[in-house]
Amino acid sequence: MLILTCPCCGVTGEETEFHQGGEAHLKRFGPGSTDDDFHTYMFAKENPKGAHFERWRHNNGCGKWFIMARDTVTLEVYGSYPAQTHEPPQHIRDAITAKRPGWTWREFA
Amino acid sequence: MSNAVTALNGANYQGLATIADQGLTGMITLRGDLASAGIKAAVKSATGLDVPAQRQALMGKGTAALWMSPDELLLLCPYAEVGERLAGIEAALKGQHFLAVNVSDARTFLRISGYGAREVLAKVCPVDLSPEGFTPGMFRRTRMAQVPAAFWLDEAGNFHLICFRSVADYAFELLKVSAQPGGEVGLYA
Repeated sequence: MLILTCPCCGVTGEETEFHQGGEAHLKRFGPGSTDDDFHTYMFAKENPKGAHFERWRHNNGCGKWFIMARDTVTLEVYGSYPAQTHEPPQHIRDAITAKRPGWTWREFA
Repeated sequence: MSNAVTALNGANYQGLATIADQGLTGMITLRGDLASAGIKAAVKSATGLDVPAQRQALMGKGTAALWMSPDELLLLCPYAEVGERLAGIEAALKGQHFLAVNVSDARTFLRISGYGAREVLAKVCPVDLSPEGFTPGMFRRTRMAQVPAAFWLDEAGNFHLICFRSVADYAFELLKVSAQPGGEVGLYA
């Protein structure tokens, strides 16, 4: 069971109050992009053993979307931050580095 | 003119706690920039209250202002006065970006009171409802078994719970089961 904090309303709750919404920090390739780019955007997802970034929605609470960094092995939550953030903030990266030195996730490290 | 009734039509159950339909209540959803002077004036005109802080419920005489999300409030008032209060909100926010809707008939409003009230709710919601963890004036939206719900606690120790009208029967039956005598856990006793 994940215990997470919504950065929008400040509620700390367990995961059944929230809903997972897929991988975070995706760059969309829509109409007009090459088939390769669209294929990668659509199907090539990260599936790490360790730190992972996901979009979540507080669907039984304030209804807002946010991004969460968690660990797929230990189910530890490194932190959450607003959905309007283009890359993981430094304090989240530091929290992951403390537990998993040398981690990488897509272009982030 | 149709005769408005609540989904539960005044249902009442007495067990570990008393669960009662609160009857027809005026409810207005107000969305906008909660920090703006316009919203402040609108909330004042509709309820006589201030804009509640994050996760706070403010109660007045027959009114309430509830913090739903960073850009949304729920205002409570007498059922018959929704129209005129809505007009007051629209006047206060004229020219600004906002949304104010009468949702009185879309919600069910229950009161959970009595010595077992905390426990009855704690059995069905993943929320710390201990006397230290949940204090009067706090407002919480969460999951109640299979449906979303929102509740707050008043100074007298009564919980006020709002959920969708479409799940009124489920919510009432659920709380009834949770409040059945013999089901005491005694966690907060």
